[in-house]
Formats: sequence, structure tokens, C-alpha cells
Amino acid sequence: MSDAADNDNVGLWFILLGLCALAGGLVFGTIGASQFLYPGFLQEVPFFKSRPLHVSLVVSWIFLAAVGGIYYYLPRHCGLKLFSDKLARLHFWLFMVTGLAILGCYFSGRFGGREYWEFPAVLSIPIFLSWILFGINYFRTVARKRDTWPVYLWMWGTGAIFFLLTFSEAYLWLFPYFRENIVRELTVQWKAYGALVGSWNMLAYGTAIFVMSRISGDDRPARSNLAFALYFLGLTNLMFGWSHHNYPIPNAPLIRNIGYIVSMSELLLLGRIIWNWRRSLSTYQKYRHQQAYRFLFASEWWIFLNLILALIISVPAVNLITHGTHITVAHSMGSTIGINTMILLASVFCVIEDRVGIRLPAKYSVPVRVGYWLGNGSLLVFWVALIGAGLGRGTYSGGSFQEMMALIRPYLLVFLVSGVGLATGLLLILAPSIRLIYALGFRDRRLVAAVAPPMETTG
Amino acid sequence: MKPALMKRVVALSLFATFMAYSMYVYTAGTHLPQAVAFHAKVSAGQRLFQENNCIACHQFYGLGGYMGPDLTNVISATGKGPLYAGVFIKNGTVRMPNFHFTDEEADAVIAFLTYVDAAGKYPAENPRIRWYGTVEDAK
Repeated sequence: MSDAADNDNVGLWFILLGLCALAGGLVFGTIGASQFLYPGFLQEVPFFKSRPLHVSLVVSWIFLAAVGGIYYYLPRHCGLKLFSDKLARLHFWLFMVTGLAILGCYFSGRFGGREYWEFPAVLSIPIFLSWILFGINYFRTVARKRDTWPVYLWMWGTGAIFFLLTFSEAYLWLFPYFRENIVRELTVQWKAYGALVGSWNMLAYGTAIFVMSRISGDDRPARSNLAFALYFLGLTNLMFGWSHHNYPIPNAPLIRNIGYIVSMSELLLLGRIIWNWRRSLSTYQKYRHQQAYRFLFASEWWIFLNLILALIISVPAVNLITHGTHITVAHSMGSTIGINTMILLASVFCVIEDRVGIRLPAKYSVPVRVGYWLGNGSLLVFWVALIGAGLGRGTYSGGSFQEMMALIRPYLLVFLVSGVGLATGLLLILAPSIRLIYALGFRDRRLVAAVAPPMETTG
Repeated sequence: MKPALMKRVVALSLFATFMAYSMYVYTAGTHLPQAVAFHAKVSAGQRLFQENNCIACHQFYGLGGYMGPDLTNVISATGKGPLYAGVFIKNGTVRMPNFHFTDEEADAVIAFLTYVDAAGKYPAENPRIRWYGTVEDAK
């Protein structure tokens, strides 16, 4: 085995931890969805605990899987030995210990009470430090690359930098100057979160471009002018598009107008998807036998659907009805599951297929195939049910919250049933993925040999 | 200009604009629309609101969880008000746990909600929609 193969285990550890976090996130998401309809369900973990457990675990999955992929791909496929394996391992253990501390806080009812980051603020320090370690390792590693960088290296670096910036910004509320002005506090909070989502999108989309380059064996699209034009469009949206979350907050009109204009620039992305539709289908025919590509293909569909929804709800006049409703949840579920999770599962299977070949035995490939269709089909129903619930809530003109909840209950029932289907589908994919990544990361040669002939290192 | 240099120039220009815009958002872009007092009791209520993770279920300006109602204007809404909010805060409901707040703590949470309420209206009371999709007087 080469040096690269020896060094990339830390990437596999991150991916393994991410897969476990996703499994946990799905369990708590199902509990939370049940509590939405049946508030007395499982009172040992009430909604104000199940929700942060779900959100934090799923957000962790996105970061862990993306970072794990970067640690894996850099030495193995980009010809860039990590600047420091020790730093990468320290990053992993810092993340792991902090994650366990956060889970402990949630279970024991200690909260910081902020959206997304609902843990006590002190735990943000090790998270911040772990990303500093990642940033040092990443930039010291890629700085050795002499030729021009493909776009995914730019995107991964941008994701790392903006995570640190937006994560810090999310804690400006600790200063009285921000905390004691509710307009500033809410605006900055959602500025930070909007850009934070942009930062993980950079990591995930960079991974998607990398995986597609690996599958097709062609790196040229990742170096094209078009790829960089789209990257800068995404970066502009990351920096300035967040204020479509802020339309109702009484801040300066300029902030809201900039958010509207920048959000509409995503029409260019929509146009590109439609323009490339036929090419996408022919690419699907070519690579459909690869699990990694199938997940990428699913993410393209979700980008299409979610982009249409995002464009519609970013129009302030429409946002008057949709803001603060389940339509926002539909958008975030479409993004985190339909787009990010599909891309990152593509990355997970890219790693697996890289090491054990694309023909997985039926005991692994069948649950993945069933989970793929069940998961995506359920997600579509789940997504539509949330839009229906959101429209019900947004158009309700009475003053009773209970009456409104009774009105949208049929949609929430469909949301719950499809949510169970979605969780089941994803767990069917996760079970063999966890087994295989564990075998690769912890050198379970017996299992790897049972799946594929002796491992060979690809360059 | 070489493509690599061009990319760096574009990236740095965007980043500089982003930093300048952030400064605007942190200052002139987010003045409170009217004088709203933030005193010690409001601060205590804000702390209790966060420590009990109320945002998991409630929202301000539509931002937060959807298990419970938006609380932006619960104090000034017709048929609601401090007493109405106090009953929920002290006793909980089928959907909301009883956090066993003392009277002093419940008063602090109400003071915080009163402070939030005074800053603006949500949803907008008389929105005027322009043909290009923007909304005016949405405060």
C-alpha cells in the first residue's frame, strides 16, 4: 500500500463518524416529526431536545462527510500528501469529543438557545479550533500544487474560510452591542446562518465536481471558465444572498433589496440546468451502473426542484406568504437531504468503489438500490407535504395557532409517514456504507476481501 | 491579465465588498426603528429564553421552530398581551413543557417579549406590493 493509502485513513474516520451522525440525525428527526403531531410522544426526549439533536447531527454529517472526503482525496487522487497527518487526527478527535459533549448537553437540557448552534456557547471554542486546524492543513497542503487549481480546490478552501467567518459571526450576539438591539441581533444571526449554509454548499458542490471528474476521468470541466463563472456566482450568493431570510425584519431596505437581486441571479443556474438536460440524461445512461453517479444524478434533480422553490420564495411578495412557514422547512430539507446528502453519499460510494470496485455484492448493493428509490421517492412526498402545510399556514388568516395546526394536520400526517419512509430509505443506504467504510478505515481485510479482490491503489 | 491572477482579483474584490457590506449591516443597516429600552430585566428574560431553548419551537419574525406560534407581537396582539403570555409561560400546554419558572423569571421573559414586540410588526400590517415583486412598508 502506498503512503497515500496509509495517510487517508483519517478521511475514512471522518466519513464513518459522519455516516453515524446521519443515522442518529434520522432517528431524532423521526422522533421530532412524530412529536409535531403527537406532542406527548417520547417525553424523555421532548421536542426542544429532539430538534437540536436532529439538526446538529445532520449538520455534523454534512461537515464530517465533506471534510472526510477532502482528507481522503487530497493525498490519494490529487497527488498532495497532507501537510500534517497529526493535525488531521487532532482535528478528528477534537471534533469527536466536542460532538459527544454537545450531545451530553442536549440530553441534560443545557442549551445556548441559538438556531442551528443550540449548545452552550463555550463549546463553540473547540469547534472553532478544529476548523483552524483544518484550514492550516488544507491550505498548507494545496499550496504545494504548482499548476492551476481546479475549481473544487477553490471551493473547498472557500468553504473552510467562510465556515470560520460565519461561525464567528454567529457568536457576535455575545457582545452587548449586538445582543441589545433585536433588529441587529436577528439580522446578523441570519446573515451568519445564510452564509454558513453557503459555506457547506461550497464544500459539498466542490465534492460533487471532484466526484464527477473521478467518474468520467476528465478533469477539464473542473478547470473551465464556465466552472469558475459558476463558482463566483455561488460565492456572490453566499456573501450577499442571505438577506432573503430577512425580508420581514425591520432593517434597512437596501439589505432586503440586495438579497432579492442577488437571489434572482440563481436564474442563471436554473437556465444552465435546463440547457444541459439532454446531456445529463445521456451521462446518466453512461454511468448509471455506478452507485456514486446515481447519487449525483439524484442531487441534480433536487437542485432543479429546490432552485425553483428558492427562486419563488425569494420574491418578497411571495415571501410575505411563505416566510415562517413549513415551505422554509421544505427548502432546507430539499437542500440538506436532496442536494447535500445525495452529493455526499455519492462521495462515500466514490470512496468505496475506488477501493473495492464498482460491482458490490448483492448483500450491499440491493439495500442501497432499494434505499435510493425509497429515500428519494419519500423525500419528494415529504417535500410536497411540507409545501402544502406551509401554504395552509401562510394563507391562514385567523388568529388561533391551534386552529391553524388543525387545518394543516392532513399535510403533517403525510409529512410524518413519508418522513418514516425517507429515514428507512436512508438507513438502508447507511447500513452497508457504515460496514464498508469501517472495514476500509480499520483495515478489516477479511471483509474487504469478501467484497472485492485484494485492494489496489489507484492513482 | 493572466487567468489565475484574474481569478484572484475577482475573489479579493468580492471579499472586500463583502467586508464593507458586513460593516454596513453591523451599523447603519440595523438601527432600531424606534427607541426600545434594553434593561436588566429584558436581559434576564433573553437569557432564560435562550437557556430553555425556546427558539426550538417559537419564532421571531418567522425565524425559529414551528412547534409553537411566532412570538414577535404576542404582547401587542389583539386578544393576547402580557397576562395571556404569562399563563403559557408559567403553566405550559399540551405542546409546551412547564419550565417551572418563578414569578420573577416569568416576568423577565415577558419583559423580553415586550422589548421584541416594540421593535416592529410581523407580519407586515399594510404591505404594498410593487409589480417587480418588492414589498414596501413591510416594517
